[in-house]
Amino acid sequence: MAKTPIAFTHNGDERAVFVDDGQNLLDMLRRTAGDLTPKYGCGQGTCGACTVLVDGAPQLACITLAETVDGRRIDTVAGLAAGQGGGRLSPLQKAFMDNFAAQCGYCTDGMLMSATALLARNPRPSRDEVVEAISGNLCRCTGYEAIINAVLQAASGGGSAQAGRR
Amino acid sequence: MPVAVSTFRTLSEAARAFESDRAARIYSGGTIVMRDVNEGDVSFNRLIRITDPAYRAVSVGSEIRLGGGVTMGEIAAHRDLAFLAPVARAVGGPQVRTVATVAGNLFAPRPYGEMAAALVALGAVAETAEGRRLPVEELVRGAPRALVAAVAFPRPSGDFRFAKVTRVRPKGAALMSIAALLPRGGSGETRIVFNGMGPHPVRAVAAERALAGRASDPSAIAAAARAAAEGLSPLDDALASAWYRREVAGVHLKRLLESR
Amino acid sequence: MPIEFRKEYFADERDDNLNEIGKPTQRQDMLGHVTGRSPFYDDHLFDGLCHIRCVRSPHHHARVRRIDVSEAERVPGVRRVILARDVPHNLNTLLSLMDFGLDDEPMLTPEGAEVRYRGEPVAAIVADTERIAREAVAKVRVDYEVLPHVLDVEEAVKPGAVAVNPAYPANKFVYHGKYDHQKLRYGDVEAGFRQADRVIEGRYQMSPIEQAPIETCGAIAAPETNDRYVCYTSTQALFFSLGTAAKLLDISSARLHLIGGTVGGGFGGKVDSIHEPLAILGTVLTGRPCKAMFDREEEMQVGAPRGAERWYITDGVMNDGTLVARKFVGYFDAGAYTRLSSYAIIKGVGHLPGPYTIPNVYADVYCVFTNRTPATAMRGFGVTGVDFAIESHMDVVADELGLDPIEMRIKNAYRDGDMKAHRRLAKNTALVECCQVAAEKAGWPLSAEARAASSLTGGGGARGEMPAFTALDEHGRVSGYESGSYAQGDRPRGEAAGSGAQGRSGSGTPSGQPSPRPRAEPPRAPQPTRVEPTRAEPARAEPQWSDPYAGRPSAPAGTAPASPRPERSPAPDAGPDGTAPRRGPRFASISGLRRR
Ligand SMILES: Cc1cc2nc3c(=O)[nH]c(=O)nc-3n(C[C@H](O)[C@H](O)[C@H](O)COP(=O)(O)OP(=O)(O)OC[C@H]3O[C@@H](n4cnc5c(N)ncnc54)[C@H](O)[C@@H]3O)c2cc1C
Repeated sequence: MAKTPIAFTHNGDERAVFVDDGQNLLDMLRRTAGDLTPKYGCGQGTCGACTVLVDGAPQLACITLAETVDGRRIDTVAGLAAGQGGGRLSPLQKAFMDNFAAQCGYCTDGMLMSATALLARNPRPSRDEVVEAISGNLCRCTGYEAIINAVLQAASGGGSAQAGRR
Repeated sequence: MPVAVSTFRTLSEAARAFESDRAARIYSGGTIVMRDVNEGDVSFNRLIRITDPAYRAVSVGSEIRLGGGVTMGEIAAHRDLAFLAPVARAVGGPQVRTVATVAGNLFAPRPYGEMAAALVALGAVAETAEGRRLPVEELVRGAPRALVAAVAFPRPSGDFRFAKVTRVRPKGAALMSIAALLPRGGSGETRIVFNGMGPHPVRAVAAERALAGRASDPSAIAAAARAAAEGLSPLDDALASAWYRREVAGVHLKRLLESR
Repeated sequence: MPIEFRKEYFADERDDNLNEIGKPTQRQDMLGHVTGRSPFYDDHLFDGLCHIRCVRSPHHHARVRRIDVSEAERVPGVRRVILARDVPHNLNTLLSLMDFGLDDEPMLTPEGAEVRYRGEPVAAIVADTERIAREAVAKVRVDYEVLPHVLDVEEAVKPGAVAVNPAYPANKFVYHGKYDHQKLRYGDVEAGFRQADRVIEGRYQMSPIEQAPIETCGAIAAPETNDRYVCYTSTQALFFSLGTAAKLLDISSARLHLIGGTVGGGFGGKVDSIHEPLAILGTVLTGRPCKAMFDREEEMQVGAPRGAERWYITDGVMNDGTLVARKFVGYFDAGAYTRLSSYAIIKGVGHLPGPYTIPNVYADVYCVFTNRTPATAMRGFGVTGVDFAIESHMDVVADELGLDPIEMRIKNAYRDGDMKAHRRLAKNTALVECCQVAAEKAGWPLSAEARAASSLTGGGGARGEMPAFTALDEHGRVSGYESGSYAQGDRPRGEAAGSGAQGRSGSGTPSGQPSPRPRAEPPRAPQPTRVEPTRAEPARAEPQWSDPYAGRPSAPAGTAPASPRPERSPAPDAGPDGTAPRRGPRFASISGLRRR
């Protein structure tokens, strides 16, 4: 099987790996790069559990060809806390904890990355904008309200989750 | 047998490779083709990637030209393409729109194809790397194998409207979508296109005839709504039955025509 | 949304000075979840991991004439093709671990046997990559003789219908070794209907519901030291999975090290123990770590859903809305195999007639086999479909009588001290208060009388008494099944206890002796005989319990135990009539449903 060398920035670190023909980014991150935070939920792009950021934009790792990230920047949940220095939680992670925004935890990594992309682009989103931003991520446990509240809380600098309500 | 990946720096090289290898498919945004790779589809064994900047180019003049590799996200964010933004935003969620392309949408199977329907309504043509042209309306019915380098259409002088009908909110596959080009001030062509009312985007010719030149006339709207499904053959699928689609097509068309 | 405590209700039953209860607390796994470190089964990496994919039936019902794996075996990277003959004990029913039901489901369908639902596995490929496994699956040639199928529960129970599952040739699970349905008899519904002002019927149906966890079901097995196997699994029923793997693979459970813990959403659907035995078998046969996992399409199509249900409800009601009789005929669609449907019905029937005090209640509930995907558990196990039916019917009845539907519920709601149809006294009831709060929240006006109602008053007394007379019958009686257990056929004992590893007490199989290789098809159980319904005299007939797991031994044939008695019965390990405790595992101790 042909192996193609690629280099990318993974949560701020330079990485070089060999990817297999036809290998998807999810498999590469999990099995080759050892980053287990993106999850497999469908392999067809519908669930969003594998959401990672490629050059800051949310992308579905399971339907991304691994070699297309050559030379690009990949961010995952594994880098969220580290990005805060000293491994503290990011405000978004903290808001997820405060708002009971995870139950089984399987969709959480993808949700966090979709929300991270939103807040980077739009630090003060409306409730509707939060709903739109996570519309490509399925959650079977929470009913979404807790997640929406958590994102709004993170956006409002940690204040009340109700702040962003219309 | 794994899937090999060939990356080409120019559209013409990619086109030659694609047209000469029946076991090749194009990896444009990959949102459809990668699922097939993941599921072990053995009907192809090669993916063709295009890194030619022309494939990602947008030009807006009296004619609008979109490279086949322009993404939904780029269209939604483009200042001069505001009329198309609602269509681009209707495709998938944010992660899909980051990569999903115009060219890929032309080949997307049911229930997908919102951008393709819009392009049919806008009277767009698809262009190959060598400059051959084919109306998108014909292409979606099944065209000879060719790489689509770009799509082009006249900047709409009339009123362009679009609606996607889903059961799941805020996002879900469409049980139908409607794109309409309505001439302003009586002159010009009326084009009404349904996706989901047949195997591919189709024009609702009877409704177009009912509306011709009087798209804001309530009696014409009522007649168009009545004729909406005429001549169309929707299919049964998990999203809706053909019967249901036929029943509601006119309702949704009427809402679109009355919206303002 | 913040929780609203309505502390004005049941104030004297509350203690607000508890350390944990009533106070918010953080989930213990939350930090792991938000940092992406919670260990799901698939987060365990193994070098040289092999992937297992199944070859599945495209037909609802067919005989497998021949399976040709020669081409698939030649695909480079294929390590092994697993067939039925590789499965040491290729027949099981999930609840056999608690002595409930006949073994009726193979792990892989052998040549000569039938596939009974679309997606049923006939072979499994172990390969170096998932892609290779998929390609090899496509190269397995299976010659099927397509057979007629049945997909509707009422079609399936008609005489002459296609026989789906040979363990139950009439397409009906056998309850208590005696009846082709689960019975509830309480009072006399026919007398209730005669006394009623109106008799109102309804038919309700619920489609199958997929649990749809975001993490699909799967397991990874690997060789471990000391001749053991480790298995990481998404299961939500670790000991079911352990026992099932031990039984199917005929391997001591001491050699299996199952590790679960973090489940990526289960909702009841991760109990079926499909992947653990397959992954372990792959490892046993290849010596390599193996992963078996549903992809999304399999999760939706092959993964067992909450089964469909159909209910017929007949209510006898007075013009003022008082319910005097309620009759149910219910059909659970188990799909092709029992899995958990039989038990769902036990639980569902214990729940009838809903949270209402009705003096005459009757139910016949059938667990029906059809050529659909086998059904299993989902939260609200056994009661969701019938609750939908009951509450829809309450609205229909209220509408027919021109009554307010909430007030009609308050009128009939059970109160503390009322006797329920499964012969337990109601306590800690709160339906009246729930109705009142729901009406208030919805801005729904209630009469002063309904607003003044309380779960604490009006119950007990005559409402706490058992019916003076309960009409009994023998309809649906079958023979040939052992009554000492829930549905044991009269198979040779050695075979019935085929899994020596399971160590079932009193099975008579000398331990250590190799178990007989099971036959391709489950043995044909004896054909049930149909007995005409009789109206038995209560003094002589055996009382029909809706609650067979209430610690009562099964009565030897011909003796009539004393009348069932509610609540304050003798200790659970002895029967109400003082007979000795039943041998073997009792449903009661496992179901967790028994009141203490
Ligand atoms: C979760 C999810 C939701 C989605 N929702 C929608 C939706 O709401 N509406 C909708 O319309 N679609 C939807 N899609 C489908 C898809 O994302 C879009 O249709 C997208 O526009 C396809 O483009 P692509 O670039 O990703 O296609 P690819 O996957 O790259 O290609 C698709 C097909 O087109 C062919 N092709 C691609 N480019 C060319 C070319 N230049 N010349 C010739 N052939 C070519 C390929 O060979 C391939 O067969 C959804 C997909 C997912 C995963």
